[in-house]
Amino acid sequence: MIRKAEDSECPQPGTCSPARAAVEDRCLAGIGSSRVYPARRSLPQREESRLGGMRQGMLVGTVVLVLLAAAAVLYTIAPESLTAVAWDAMRNPDQAPVLLKHGFLDYLATAWGLSPTAIEHVSIQITISSLLAFFCLLFALTSLVERKVFARIQNRYGPNRVGPWGLFQPIADGIKMLTKEDIVPRNADKVVHLLAPVVMLVPALIVLAILPYGPGMVPIELEVGILLFFALGAVTEVAVFMAGWGSSNKYSLLGAMRAIAQMISYEMPLILAAIAVVMMTGSLSPVAIVESQEGYSMGFVPDWFVLTPWGIVGFIIFFIAAQAESNRSPFDLPEGESELVAGHLTEYSGFKYAVFFMAEYIGLFAISGLAATLFLGGWHAPLPVLDFIPGYVWFIVKLYALVLLAIWIRGTVPRIRGDQLMGFAWKFMTPMGFATIAAAATWHYAGPGPVGWLIAGALVLIPFLLLSRVFSTRYPVRTYRYSER
Amino acid sequence: MRLVEPEGFGANGVGGGDGDERLLELSMGPQHPSTHGVFRMNVVLDGETVVRLQPVFGYLHRNHEKIAESQSYLASIPYTDRLDYFCSLSNNWAYVRAVETLAGIPVPERAEYIRVILAELTRLQNHTVFLGFLLGDMGGWGTALMYAFRQREEILDLFEALTGSRMMCNYMRFGGCRCELPSGWMEQARAVVAGYPAFLDEMEQLLVENEILVARTQGVGVVSAEKAVNAGLTGPILRAAGVDYDIRKVDRYGIYDRFSYRVPLGEHGDTYDRMMIRLLEMRESLKILQQAMADLPEGPILHSDVQVRNLCPPEGEAYCRVEAPKGELGFYLISDNTARPYRYRIRPPSLINLTLLEEMSLGMKIADVMVILGSIDIVLGEVDR
Amino acid sequence: MKLLKHIRFLPGSGILKGMLVTARNLIGSYYDPRRLRTVRYPEERLPLPENSRSVPFLVYDGDDAETGLRCVACHICETECPARAIHIVNACDKRGKVLKRPHRFEIDISACMGCQICSEVCPFDAIMMDNAYNHAAFERFDSLTLTRERLAKPNAYFHRIKPTEAAEIDSRLAADRSRMEERRRKKEAANATHNESAR
Repeated sequence: MIRKAEDSECPQPGTCSPARAAVEDRCLAGIGSSRVYPARRSLPQREESRLGGMRQGMLVGTVVLVLLAAAAVLYTIAPESLTAVAWDAMRNPDQAPVLLKHGFLDYLATAWGLSPTAIEHVSIQITISSLLAFFCLLFALTSLVERKVFARIQNRYGPNRVGPWGLFQPIADGIKMLTKEDIVPRNADKVVHLLAPVVMLVPALIVLAILPYGPGMVPIELEVGILLFFALGAVTEVAVFMAGWGSSNKYSLLGAMRAIAQMISYEMPLILAAIAVVMMTGSLSPVAIVESQEGYSMGFVPDWFVLTPWGIVGFIIFFIAAQAESNRSPFDLPEGESELVAGHLTEYSGFKYAVFFMAEYIGLFAISGLAATLFLGGWHAPLPVLDFIPGYVWFIVKLYALVLLAIWIRGTVPRIRGDQLMGFAWKFMTPMGFATIAAAATWHYAGPGPVGWLIAGALVLIPFLLLSRVFSTRYPVRTYRYSER
Repeated sequence: MRLVEPEGFGANGVGGGDGDERLLELSMGPQHPSTHGVFRMNVVLDGETVVRLQPVFGYLHRNHEKIAESQSYLASIPYTDRLDYFCSLSNNWAYVRAVETLAGIPVPERAEYIRVILAELTRLQNHTVFLGFLLGDMGGWGTALMYAFRQREEILDLFEALTGSRMMCNYMRFGGCRCELPSGWMEQARAVVAGYPAFLDEMEQLLVENEILVARTQGVGVVSAEKAVNAGLTGPILRAAGVDYDIRKVDRYGIYDRFSYRVPLGEHGDTYDRMMIRLLEMRESLKILQQAMADLPEGPILHSDVQVRNLCPPEGEAYCRVEAPKGELGFYLISDNTARPYRYRIRPPSLINLTLLEEMSLGMKIADVMVILGSIDIVLGEVDR
Repeated sequence: MKLLKHIRFLPGSGILKGMLVTARNLIGSYYDPRRLRTVRYPEERLPLPENSRSVPFLVYDGDDAETGLRCVACHICETECPARAIHIVNACDKRGKVLKRPHRFEIDISACMGCQICSEVCPFDAIMMDNAYNHAAFERFDSLTLTRERLAKPNAYFHRIKPTEAAEIDSRLAADRSRMEERRRKKEAANATHNESAR
């Protein structure tokens, strides 16, 4: 019954008297005072979206105009020597970033008279800040692209509320993440809880330094770059376990235990696949590896390692293991939202969560970049006629293609189970890694020809068929009968 | 962080065990991403292996049976919508059939046909959503779920056009159905049924052979036929264990004996079989739908001299059951010749199918528990009532 | 007995097949409206089917919501409402005689489950199901208790949201009225003849 309490002051139907009419009116007025809903007009059918095409186009046009105007202003106020550098860079796009940086440093040395040590510091600062800026922007873009592509795979629109096509969604997310309360559980190991995201992010950023983005564009030219990459990549395991242990949450702990088991297992095939490449090139330097993939056989087939029998298998192993390393679906067990809520991230919120999120994406970029370096020919163009496009563009395109592939896979497959994940790593991926090494060795001696293809191909195909028989015998094809009733 | 000795387990002291093992007690739910509502499990884990599992439910108890005993027969129909809120029309049918049996009300033929059509549409959409949720429980990030929702939307549109509501249909009445089909409804329904096989093909292509799904489901949550029968399991979960028991075939209630359709049976009784049985059942439901839509006779939709209000069935009792998408849904009513049932009792398939959860989960991994729970296909509205 | 057969070529092919499906959906969502069924709600709205129902409202004939109300305050809907969401108080005249119209007619839409049993049992076709679904409010009691003033809506509104049902009810009411009229006229005629013969 409604408003029973008021019934007492309201007249009952039987006892209504003129004297109480005033009370009655008061009751009526009290109830009737709230907002009245207007009757709905006819239903709009598929109204034009508020963010119509016109407005979106105008917005983009304005941005482009502003950028052009800024460039013009910069051009007019910049000194002669710098504009010359800019022209130089425009004429030689392949080396544009290098020319720009060196030109600027020369300008600093001559015009400002900085000492060589200072110049070196500025050079390092420029490299670091441009890398950070680029990958943070790429991270912002990817967090949107992933949601958009993922949504389209699932037949949804994805983010479309903030800005045209939802373009400002990363900004909105960033503001949200930064302003949210940072909750630390009472029983948490506060230092470990705080340090975990940092330990996660730092190695992910450092490994970006050894990737060869283009010819002559390696932040640190290390002879043992690959080794450094794997050594630093292994640090993320510690970070995930720190997060799980420090949170003092059972879900987090389970997630952390899973992460340790998973990452240690998948380091093995990851490195085995890389070793095949290192064997072929005889170098641990990423630049040397990319350079050894230069050229085209038969005039148009690029000499990338992925286009050899051992290379394709090595690439697939590397890619799968990379997904496991960066906790991507179907190997996202540590986060395992359907059973572990959010795994090691359960107790993280606000800025710390954002750092984790960013570290995972940057780790994914880094390992995709390494895959592009090792197998996909790094900065080389896929066809000779496409050589005019700068090398760093090709590198980023390859890197991003692998990221998109990862998104596509994530949209398709369910999560693998812990014990199956370990079984897959040790009973399938690792033997296949060894087979890849054997195939690479025979390829080295037989050479790229029909014989090489035959022997190396057999060396990877036969183990693959044998190993995969384990799966099809354990899970035979099922048939179903129907009731006779 | 508390690593418990097994003795201390659970509020009801369900503990016990070897003693020197260090086990992890985990209370999953009622707030958890994949417990299908407010279900809770107290799980004891050895590493990731489930050693003990204690289901806790009742968080969604709303006293449905007692409420029904305090109001008229008619007023309980909308409450039955809210039992298994995915399948309100099947619930309507089971309850209405119980009252019709109690009061001896005949049902016009056209109404029977429409009931069959709606019940099979309900089965279709329930199984469709089941597939999506199962993949979600496996960590499929909602892709299959979105496809399922996309397809289910077409059936919900049909329900809304006919009954006025997408889920809380409240459509069947004692002696027939509430209102006539709106114009154009049948054509729309035919189009939906005609478009369904393409969706099922797509789902099969996405799911059936997926190696990860196969590895995650085959041999997981096995229930033997004997145990399934002993525990009173019904529905697809029972047929997946290989027991040939479909109430549509056993009771031949309504007009189900007029249609030709088959009942798929599994043999392993595991999660994969449960998924496949539902996939195959959907194809059979489509057959029933096509036949029923082709044969739909003209005529009245509601028996003309049924008293809608103040229905006082003669003294007696009735138990009526239907093959709801999740299993045997039964209503037990006792009338004392007043306008209110003297006793009103539901046999919910979800609750009884859930009773074997611990049996299925022991020795499995924690990730499997969610898949098994998903494969039972529970709705907490029906479990807790 | 028919066998359903699934042929598995190479391990991994199942996942590749699944990826084909997702790729088809990814591309299909850009041109196939059957795949992209999402409605961007506040800007786009689906047309509601005629039968669609949300909460009840009271129909009144003519222009005056006070006198045109069909409701005679018979309390049938109040008794039948499964959620006990309806509360009716009869109006009474100055001398305290109970009148056949509601003084207060309230529906607590936070309890109402939109089952439409009230409109089904109403013998006077006075209470009907609305299809407006935006009922959110910032306050639990007064805002979500629809009073007679907010419940009363003209017959024209009913015609607009549910033309078929409204036309059917109107013709039935008209038939009822003409039958009553006929009966009254017959009675009058009979009275007249009776009076005449008596005279």
